[in-house]
Amino acid sequence: MGIKNLFMSNTTLETPKIQTDLKEIAADVVRRAMQGGATAAEAVVREGDEFSTVVRLGQVETLKEAGSRAIGVRVFSGKRAASTYSSDFSAESLDRMVKSALELSKLTSEDPFGGIPEPSQLGALNGDLDLYHEDVYSLPGPERIEYARRAEKAALDVDPRIKNSEGGSFDAATGRKVLANSHGFVGEYRRSYCSVAAVPIAQSDEGAMQRDYWFSVARSFGRLDTPEKVGKIAAERTLRRLGARKVKTAHVPVVFDPLVAASILEHIFEGVNGDSVYRGASFLAGKLGQKIAGDNLTVIDDGTLVGGFGTSPFDGEGIPTRRTLVIDNGVLKSYLLNTYTAKKLGLQTTGNASRGLAGTPGIGPGNYFLQPGTKSPKEIMGSIKEGLYVTEFLGHGVNLVTGDYSRGASGLWISGGELTFPVEEITVAGNLKDMFFNISEVGNDLEFRGAIASPTIRIDGLTVGGE
Amino acid sequence: MNKDRFFFDHYGLTHNDLQRYLAAALSAGGEYADLYFEYLSSTSLMVDESMVKSASQGISAGCGVRVVAGERTGYAYTDDLSPARILHAARTAALIASGPAKTPIVGTQEHAARSLYPVTLPSVDAELTAKVEVVMRADAAARGFDSRIKEVRASYADELRNILVVGSDGTFAEDSQPLARMNVSCIAKSDSVSGRGSAGGGGRVALDFFFGEKTPEYFAKEAARQAILQLDAREAPAGEMEVVLGPGWPGVLLHEAVGHGLEADFNRKKTSAFAGLVGKRVASEKCTVVDNGTMPWRRGSLNVDDEGQPTQETVLIERGILKGYLSDKLSSKLMGLADTGNGRRESYEHIPMPRMTNTYMLPGTDDPQDIIRSVKNGIYAVNFGGGQVDITNGKFVFSASEAYMIEDGRITAPIRGATLIGNGPDVLTRVSMVGNDLKLDEGVGTCGKDGQAVPVGVGIPTIKVDRLTVGGTAKKDAGAFMQ
Repeated sequence: MGIKNLFMSNTTLETPKIQTDLKEIAADVVRRAMQGGATAAEAVVREGDEFSTVVRLGQVETLKEAGSRAIGVRVFSGKRAASTYSSDFSAESLDRMVKSALELSKLTSEDPFGGIPEPSQLGALNGDLDLYHEDVYSLPGPERIEYARRAEKAALDVDPRIKNSEGGSFDAATGRKVLANSHGFVGEYRRSYCSVAAVPIAQSDEGAMQRDYWFSVARSFGRLDTPEKVGKIAAERTLRRLGARKVKTAHVPVVFDPLVAASILEHIFEGVNGDSVYRGASFLAGKLGQKIAGDNLTVIDDGTLVGGFGTSPFDGEGIPTRRTLVIDNGVLKSYLLNTYTAKKLGLQTTGNASRGLAGTPGIGPGNYFLQPGTKSPKEIMGSIKEGLYVTEFLGHGVNLVTGDYSRGASGLWISGGELTFPVEEITVAGNLKDMFFNISEVGNDLEFRGAIASPTIRIDGLTVGGE
Repeated sequence: MNKDRFFFDHYGLTHNDLQRYLAAALSAGGEYADLYFEYLSSTSLMVDESMVKSASQGISAGCGVRVVAGERTGYAYTDDLSPARILHAARTAALIASGPAKTPIVGTQEHAARSLYPVTLPSVDAELTAKVEVVMRADAAARGFDSRIKEVRASYADELRNILVVGSDGTFAEDSQPLARMNVSCIAKSDSVSGRGSAGGGGRVALDFFFGEKTPEYFAKEAARQAILQLDAREAPAGEMEVVLGPGWPGVLLHEAVGHGLEADFNRKKTSAFAGLVGKRVASEKCTVVDNGTMPWRRGSLNVDDEGQPTQETVLIERGILKGYLSDKLSSKLMGLADTGNGRRESYEHIPMPRMTNTYMLPGTDDPQDIIRSVKNGIYAVNFGGGQVDITNGKFVFSASEAYMIEDGRITAPIRGATLIGNGPDVLTRVSMVGNDLKLDEGVGTCGKDGQAVPVGVGIPTIKVDRLTVGGTAKKDAGAFMQ
């Protein structure tokens, strides 16, 4: 739960089984745009379907099933661009969508750096990238509900202090993306996804409640952890928070568990995002070739990993995805770019364009990760006399322009190299410029649970704010 | 075009169709079913480097069908409004129930029409040119504010959402909901120091709003002022201290600390830290907090909620005592409470749930200057980014983007951005002063819950919280330094 004063985009869920050839529709929209006077055009189609169910205290709470699709077009009239989109695929509606885009493009400014990629840059990775498995829908309806129920039950069965629950859930989705442009590129790929999760609530004798969660997510049903394993971990994560308290304000080493460490990787991503870089909205702008972090920090973006959560055969502009060394032993080697930001910076695109239905392409990660080190999390904590192990952040107090970093946190206190008692209602603050240099340990426990992943890390020099 | 006939005129929908869809939804039993038709058209423009780099328009339409059986909800939606697809969705959602078919009633409970946001829309072409003017003016004003403003991005976005909600209990409601917003963000640079500022506003208004009192220049100058201010900001303190919140957007405190925790679904499930506290003291005597969906033109306002229920003003906390929850149809039925008209959803793809509208604290009697003078050593926070709450343990944060030190009753230096953290059920018990200067925010809030985003408003007068943890970096004492 939270509030932001940033405009959040409406996440369009992907769609139902439609027999029409979406590639043909996309290519046709591009053709219509060119016939209508566009100098370049690009169309994107998204189609998908979703299933989700939540079981709470043993009873089905929600069951949701649906599909949808939408199409968007981006046109260029010389150096002026505009885009439109629609969820209506009737010939009349598509015609109106193209006309509106052409009209709209008369209002925008001439931007010398605008345009779609060069024909020679376009293409797609060959071979099976292992992104789509029909088996995410292989469970019959009642067994999907049973999966959610089993995850919750496993959590409730761990300990009598698990007294309540936000439920167990099972979700599945498949989606198809199509991209076509006026250089004749037409590409398509499908992806699937399924997950099982549990959100138990534990209550102490004094009545104080704590909630935590765990989940397993995979592109194939066969690779999902058992609901029992997910429920058990969720319960353990929840129980260890019972009795959490505040600590005194201190300057101590802070260990980030892999899930929260991934947020540090996200900040690096935002910092090397070409859009922030060309506008000087990142403190990493202009630092190419310079040392921006400690020697132990190597960060890679790889959109080509077989079966990865961030994998695709081509990016949002039809450029084949690739592997990019972002930070090599602390030295900034590459920004992450799309065609526009690459031109602005006099560089080559890194195949990181992300394309929604509307607007100009943004920049998104492939499989983006911190290269693991050799120590286990236990060894990393073992050397700390007094410190904080963070397992959850609250809020978004990060400023990429200044590097200022201040977030609400909860976790466990480290004393004598061991996890001792749970802590909450504290803050962790510093400045990212220093933090990247102060990552003193990188763990060996890298595991992808999404497109961005990090092993356990230790950062020194942070302020833990409490009493 | 008559807005009240939108789906009938555009899609040839008839009352007979609605009856058929609802009957299909209740074909397997279930106590209640509803249909939510939505047609959303939106426009957005963005200027960057003084160029209009992006212009976009789009349309999305669809229908969501919900079936409720006890505590169970079945939901399906379609973006194809043909009878075959809606019937398919209705039959899919119906599967949540198992029992004999029910017969719905249609169209008997139309509420008296209310008009909290009666916008008139000028012609599309004239409007587009004017929208471009709005973003370009913002860009010029921000750049003209100070030569240290190096980057400016200004955006304008608006939408018009037509909805029709039909329920098997006879609910029948239509609405046409405008929403417009502009935003300006600036980056200031001097020597090696950078700063960032952003400001924006809007509401359930149309473009003409930005040619009235709240001009593009107003927002641009505010964003630029904040960015310049950051160039001289010093380290924020760390630890517990007195905190004075300025009026307006700092009301985000209420949204996070108490608002979410008082949404009825969490209390029905007893997963909120506020569960069972109705009638108990959760704030000081000086605090009265309301949620009010009926304020004209406001971003969080609605004539009817997304279940067709008229919105209202709901007292959440009265002179420190917890009065009640924000409910939707499901929660009010299961809990035996009145429906407060807070059932909202992001779109036809989403299941409605209790959500806030405009949440604010009523003014007190203290002079804001006296409030600041009463603080020996603390901070004065006037602008915030966003916030977040864990409703189960009650811990919440909100992040200050503009704040100052208060030393011996005087506002002194600006400080760097810092997150404030507290405990929802007791933070308001430490509110010792409440100003007479209630202000609502400019109309920028978007609230997220269970992956659904909805526009909301917040507001607060100047208040003093006697003790709150500030997440800065400045060392208060060297003794706590352990490495």
